[in-house]
Amino acid sequence: MNINWFKYSSPQTFYPLAGKMIPWFAWLAAILAVAGLYIGFAIAPTDFQQGEAYRIIFVHVPAAWMSMVIYIVMAGWAAIGLALNARLSAMMAQALAPTGAIFTLIALVTGSLWGKPMWGTWWVWDARLTSELILLFLYLGFIALQSSIDDPRRADRAGALLALVGVVNVPIIYFSVKWWNTLHQGSSINMGAAPKMAATMLLGMLIMALAFWMYTVAVALMRVRCIMLERERTSDWVKELSVQGIAGVKS
Amino acid sequence: MQWESWSAFFNMGGYAFYVWFSFGLTALCMVWEVIALRKRRAEALRLTQLLAQD
Repeated sequence: MNINWFKYSSPQTFYPLAGKMIPWFAWLAAILAVAGLYIGFAIAPTDFQQGEAYRIIFVHVPAAWMSMVIYIVMAGWAAIGLALNARLSAMMAQALAPTGAIFTLIALVTGSLWGKPMWGTWWVWDARLTSELILLFLYLGFIALQSSIDDPRRADRAGALLALVGVVNVPIIYFSVKWWNTLHQGSSINMGAAPKMAATMLLGMLIMALAFWMYTVAVALMRVRCIMLERERTSDWVKELSVQGIAGVKS
Repeated sequence: MQWESWSAFFNMGGYAFYVWFSFGLTALCMVWEVIALRKRRAEALRLTQLLAQD
């Protein structure tokens, strides 16, 4: 199959495609979330050490994973935008940042809500928690920097540089529980080692992670469509779209 | 099924506050994000249509 990818690399062709993709990803996210929550609450057994409090894992770990995955994808789009001077790539990076920041916040707060009953403290300045907090500041810095520069193309370049420098933080978060002796427990899943948790716990966690991933795609596409409309307001294709919109054609 | 009753389920073995706060906050963030994006889209469309009418 030969798809001309460059055809979709301009906003005017990507805009309608993104619009068609959103409901698919939204439904997938909803179905996976229902399945993941059912497994997480109805099937997964009580943890013999942590009791029922461990069930926070079904939002905490997927949110923490997404916070890192989204950052890497965002930095990747930013790099492509910087290297090829492609405005759609820069828009994708911009569309991912708020969702990444939200997942980072969820990971931090749910982690705190897990830490209190298990460790007896809401917060410690250990490597895992501190590097995740830095990730939140990187997201917020990226958003603030982009919105503080009026010229969108200059804003894209400045944001891309910040995103790329910040990428060094992601492996620090990931390996922090190995490199330093932290209060945070070790990884729930280790590549190359048999999982230490019950199969149903693992399954629930993975399905929730997939649900969050599909959700991320859906909202990032929603946001990138907004950004396209806002940034290309004066271009012909948006005007054409508006004329159709006034005439009652749904876009 | 892991639970003897609905009240046992809501009680979460004594960790109700921590567990439900976590799930509630996550749900709230997601719902808020979608609502905010819908508003942003409506506003963007309104402005482009204003511009196109000129």
